[in-house]
Amino acid sequence: MKPASWFDRRGWSDLIIGLPYAWAIVFIFLPICIVSALSFAVPILNSPPYEFLKTWPYLSFDNFQRLFSDSIYIRAFAVSLFNASIATVLCLLIGYPMALGLTRVPKAVNRVLLMMIVLPFWTSFLLRVYAWIGLMGNNSWFNHLLTGLYNVVVPQAWHIANIQIMYTNFAVIFVVVYSYLPFMILPLYANLEKLDRTLDEAAMDLGSRPVQVFLDVTLPLSMPGIIAGGLLVFIPAAGELVIPSLVGNQSDPMVGAIISQEFGLNHDWPMASAISVALLVILVMPLMAYTRFQSRAEAGGTR
Amino acid sequence: MKRLSRFLLTMMCLGYVYLYAPIISLIVFSFNKSRLVTVWGGFSTVWYGRLFENSQILDAAWLSLRLALTSATIATILGTMAGIALVRFGPFRGRTMLSGLITTPLVMPEVLTGVSTLLLFLLMAKWIGWPARRGFSTLLIAHITFSMTYVTTVITSRLSSIDVSIEEAALDLGSAPWQVLKDITLPVISPAILSAWLLAFTISLDDVVITSFTNGPGYNTLPMLVWAKVRLGVTPDINALGSLIVAVVAIGVTLSSIIITRSERRREREIQAALAGGH
Repeated sequence: MKPASWFDRRGWSDLIIGLPYAWAIVFIFLPICIVSALSFAVPILNSPPYEFLKTWPYLSFDNFQRLFSDSIYIRAFAVSLFNASIATVLCLLIGYPMALGLTRVPKAVNRVLLMMIVLPFWTSFLLRVYAWIGLMGNNSWFNHLLTGLYNVVVPQAWHIANIQIMYTNFAVIFVVVYSYLPFMILPLYANLEKLDRTLDEAAMDLGSRPVQVFLDVTLPLSMPGIIAGGLLVFIPAAGELVIPSLVGNQSDPMVGAIISQEFGLNHDWPMASAISVALLVILVMPLMAYTRFQSRAEAGGTR
Repeated sequence: MKRLSRFLLTMMCLGYVYLYAPIISLIVFSFNKSRLVTVWGGFSTVWYGRLFENSQILDAAWLSLRLALTSATIATILGTMAGIALVRFGPFRGRTMLSGLITTPLVMPEVLTGVSTLLLFLLMAKWIGWPARRGFSTLLIAHITFSMTYVTTVITSRLSSIDVSIEEAALDLGSAPWQVLKDITLPVISPAILSAWLLAFTISLDDVVITSFTNGPGYNTLPMLVWAKVRLGVTPDINALGSLIVAVVAIGVTLSSIIITRSERRREREIQAALAGGH
């Protein structure tokens, strides 16, 4: 019997497909349609607080025009993308050596170490942010340590009592890196673990230095892992709402805060929708590029 | 196996220190007698006691627990159905659409999921009169929706690594499809179903952003309460709460991973024994 007819009693298979399908249509597909539609509406003082234009073309592009002309929105997008990019690069710089190291430790140790990477992910996200708030505050041992190191390095005239870390963009990046590091390490590890060791050894035998082997063999081959991990960090980091609300500079908000503000405080559903659509487009484009890259790589591999 | 260079070893040590230093600091300061969170004032368990007297925290914890148990269970059922449909049913109409929809919440920032789900609820209230007020039911729907996508991902990856030949053999020998499903497919993927449920449970228990959009007045989950409290500043009872959660999670994850690996090993042995016995 072929897998195509694996579960051929109509009623049963229809139920198994239909139930999750209906759920996904109503609660995943429909909301996205609503947001997309509302981004072309105009805000009014009524309930619900939006309407579509009464005459042709029925759709208004005012929201998008505001998005590209008002410096608040442009700045929010710039800050978000900047923070997310820096955080992704830092995650890669910290995560890559860790992932590579994990492939080279004995098997028994490897299991425990991998578990230790995943464990913080299972604990509360909020509490991990909270733990850093305690550490970054001006009176904490961590801040004193950093200040001490700084004061040793710089001349006496520049000495400071403490470093202001909390409520800065730096704090946001720092905590984002901390929170999303496992998302970078795990796909990288999965990719590096599958690499054929004989390639390294061959390069070594042919006289390459370890650094050269890494740059010529390991790094290019681990590109899919780097991209997968990068996207897993970049996308949530760009839309982050909680971390900037707790440790960030409130006068320089990221996109997530702007969306939540337009929606909650200003009751401007169309504008909130337009910003959401813009964010979605900006984040989905690299994803689509990646899928194309991957399918091309796979096609190249089978040739 | 290649040797671990000194550079990699140093980076790994630093990395683990980075991952665990704040958590350890949190646990240490939860036993601090002083009200100031950053200055050590002697050992004490007073904050743990305060935690269990705080009815606000206990109510929020109870709501979170109920929500996570219900949403994880329903999400596991729906997600497992979707996973079986995607991997075992062959091509059916709209299959690409289903797999696309399932991955969407996984790649979208949570803010967007939150805003779009809230807009759906607001418009539904306008169109069909439900939900008149946001509360447990809207939270439940939102949590089921995002948990379901994680469950489906876990189930599809496990199911596609399992050979269909046993299921096909049972079908050839005349078993009804639902019998194959009940007696072979579900038992074989049961460890994956358990880990998917655990994942759904913890994700629901931990969610802040989507909850903040879909909850109503009076429905504060534990993360919502912690978020509101932390915005006002760091307090020692949150340290105690955090340490408790870390302890429960560490024990739970370790135990469940032991159970899951054991049952998976046993099943593999049984399958191998069955195959060997057939010769």
